[in-house]
Amino acid sequence: MNRYSYQAVMKRKNEIMKKSVGIDYEKFRVEGIAFDYERMMKEVGYSIEEVRKIQDEVSVGRTPLVELKNITKLVRKISKPGKGARIFIKDEACNPSGSFKDRRASLSVYHAKKKGYKGVIAATSGNYGAAVASQAAKRFLKCIIIQETYDSRGIGQPEILEKGRACEAYGAEVVQLSVGPELFYYSLLLLEQTGYFNASLYTPFAIAGIETLGYEIVEQLWERERRFPDVVVVTHAGGGNLTGTVRGLLKAGAKDTEIIAASVNLKGLHMASDEDFNRKSFTTGHTGFGIPFAVFPDRSDVPINAARPLRYMDRYVLVTQGEVFYVTEMLAQLEGMQRGPAGNTSLAAAIAIARELDKDKIVVVQETEYTGAGKLPSAQLTFAKKMGIEIKRGDPIKEDKPGERIVIPEHPSQLGVIEVNLLDLKRSYIKETMKRNNKHNFSEKELEFISEDLRLPIEAVTQFIDEEKEGKSNAKGR
Amino acid sequence: MQAKKGEWVQVYSVILSPNERAEHLPESTKKVPLEMRVKGFLINDFAKIGDIVEIETPSGRKISGKLIAINPKYIHDFGEPIPELIKVGPEVRKILHEPGRDEVE
Repeated sequence: MNRYSYQAVMKRKNEIMKKSVGIDYEKFRVEGIAFDYERMMKEVGYSIEEVRKIQDEVSVGRTPLVELKNITKLVRKISKPGKGARIFIKDEACNPSGSFKDRRASLSVYHAKKKGYKGVIAATSGNYGAAVASQAAKRFLKCIIIQETYDSRGIGQPEILEKGRACEAYGAEVVQLSVGPELFYYSLLLLEQTGYFNASLYTPFAIAGIETLGYEIVEQLWERERRFPDVVVVTHAGGGNLTGTVRGLLKAGAKDTEIIAASVNLKGLHMASDEDFNRKSFTTGHTGFGIPFAVFPDRSDVPINAARPLRYMDRYVLVTQGEVFYVTEMLAQLEGMQRGPAGNTSLAAAIAIARELDKDKIVVVQETEYTGAGKLPSAQLTFAKKMGIEIKRGDPIKEDKPGERIVIPEHPSQLGVIEVNLLDLKRSYIKETMKRNNKHNFSEKELEFISEDLRLPIEAVTQFIDEEKEGKSNAKGR
Repeated sequence: MQAKKGEWVQVYSVILSPNERAEHLPESTKKVPLEMRVKGFLINDFAKIGDIVEIETPSGRKISGKLIAINPKYIHDFGEPIPELIKVGPEVRKILHEPGRDEVE
């Protein structure tokens, strides 16, 4: 077998990953699938004080918390009397490369430098690429960003092309691939060939870097209002944003804050499909990552994923592409803040949620992102039209059809959310865990681990496992 | 068009041909190769579009591939004004300024 073939490289996966992140993950394994999550986060990650110090060195974080007074006023106009919570937004676009991803990158790059790596590699089509490139520039490390950019006709997603340009602006090498999950294979190959650090989104460093975001929200709101947020809405994709933010909120004492995860609904579009690739207007923050990473976090590029979204979400809602474009317009025209659409996923959900809450409640939207060519509603929708997507005004939820139609609301009262049943996700987690590990029986310690990972009583975990086994035997009997 | 040594160019290569790709891919992906495009500085003295050339990337790697662009332009832009979106601003502003119930802050 050729040493560089897909199969050969994938066989060396564990060895390459271990060398390129420098973490002996096996140390944290308790038994079978169970591992000591908190011990891993403590021993490998950095404390919040250390993270702050590192981020202050490179001017990451301490972004403004902005009250969206006009949007709140608008929400109250269209809500029942007494309803319409105050909405605040954490303006993460103020970070050096324009998104909260600088927080994750700052830690990964700091760590890589400290450990003597000559460069960093990140496989990402998102803002994280620009963040890693920016941090690598500050700390004089070489940087390679691997993106999934083009379909087989050579047509690039405008948003991803822009992120590629940003990476180049910071001096990084950008490897642009066509559609396919083998991006992972190619990043392993590059990690092996260069000996660079794997600035994965899923190491304990990449998560610890976001904890300051949650921490700052509590500090800033406390200073202004002397209270904790009632609700924090977090855009959910790979799970890191959610995990890190909530860990930070908890460390700052906000134990009763409701955590609502939000993703853009891209149901029906296959993420590994060459044909579907350019039929979506969101390249992150969508269900194509949000759901798979919730039900099986360990699909990432490290042996144990430090992002464990089901440990931290109280509620999970979906919004549509049309809703996000609409609120992006609202944010610009009512608040004077022009920001990138993908970062406004949680804002779209927050507006719908604020309508249901009493006026004295506070909802915090935890991010914004930079905007520019390729990353604007006008750029994305012009491209969508070229790809044959219908754009119309109407009911953004009922008429929405990902990959075929984007529906811009006619009135703000049409902004709503689609609820995801968390129990269904937890059941899928168990199903995936059984399938991928080819395992039907779990030890006591493994059950305890699943119970913690799902925030579900052990009895419920056992019941789901039994039902899954039964389902299997029923299927066989038929 | 010809590129000279040291110019900023883009090269193309096939990483995996269709039969070398991963299993369980959607049909539309399975039938096409995994392709790569990378930019860097041309190492060859001269080259024309379509030649197999060597480049040095910003990270200092030397890689070879088919020359597909010389000083490649960024083609993404701000797009066109979107008729379905352009009225949203005036609409929400109007709602905000309508006299309504529940005005008390």
